[in-house]
Amino acid sequence: MMRLLFSLMSGLLFGLGLIISGMSNPAKVLAFLDLAGNWDPSLALVMLGAIAVAAPAFWLARRRERSLLGEPFMLPVAHRIDRRLLLGSLAFGIGWGVAGFCPGPALVSLLAWQPKAWIFAASMLAGMALFALLESRRSPAAA
Amino acid sequence: MLIGLAAAILILFNGRIAGISGIVAGVRLRAQEGWRLAFLAGLLLSPLLYRLYGGMPAAQTGAGAVALCVAGLLVGVGVRYGGGCTSGHGVCGLARRSVRSLAATVTFMAAGFVTVYCLRHGFAP
Repeated sequence: MMRLLFSLMSGLLFGLGLIISGMSNPAKVLAFLDLAGNWDPSLALVMLGAIAVAAPAFWLARRRERSLLGEPFMLPVAHRIDRRLLLGSLAFGIGWGVAGFCPGPALVSLLAWQPKAWIFAASMLAGMALFALLESRRSPAAA
Repeated sequence: MLIGLAAAILILFNGRIAGISGIVAGVRLRAQEGWRLAFLAGLLLSPLLYRLYGGMPAAQTGAGAVALCVAGLLVGVGVRYGGGCTSGHGVCGLARRSVRSLAATVTFMAAGFVTVYCLRHGFAP
């Protein structure tokens, strides 16, 4: 129960952070990505601020056996920088640059009744499903 | 800062990474995975909470429906192959000083910069 409560709270705060910082507004995101135009660097500060606050928590997490609620820490173990990582991130960056939405802001904009966010989120989920399908074909055992 | 706080809560209490794309992709109807649904519920409800205090700033994008579909597909497939998005790699990954996340973040940022450059300045007369 506590797990769900803290998870819900984290999601709420995350969403509020995206809204207040302007990340949930594609126009602002595109202004940040537009180096050659009227560049708006403020989202870089948002990201640095988020990293600065989160970093001590991760530092602490590495020094503990279990989380404060007794859960095991599920930290990524992958270290390899391979083609999948780079090509995937490349595709993500292009899509991000076209629409100005990344996954979090798109979800946050859904209940703000932004039709464009619905179109984007639907095709994003389709893209994720496509990935799952391709992966399951590649190794049926892992699916 | 709120985003960082949210990520800090999720790792310290739940032992989980606040990576939106991974959380969405991992949603299952199993009690063990309930935290994902709870997190997403919070994320989805946040604009309603925000609206209690003030109007929600309208999301503006010049992209048309077709462009949004293509962009959504690219983002959906891309974040899965890349293993994360702005939150998982950009915030959590960099916060735990992961070189892999740095590589991913530099790549998608650069791709975003170049894409916007091409769309806004590349084809201009």
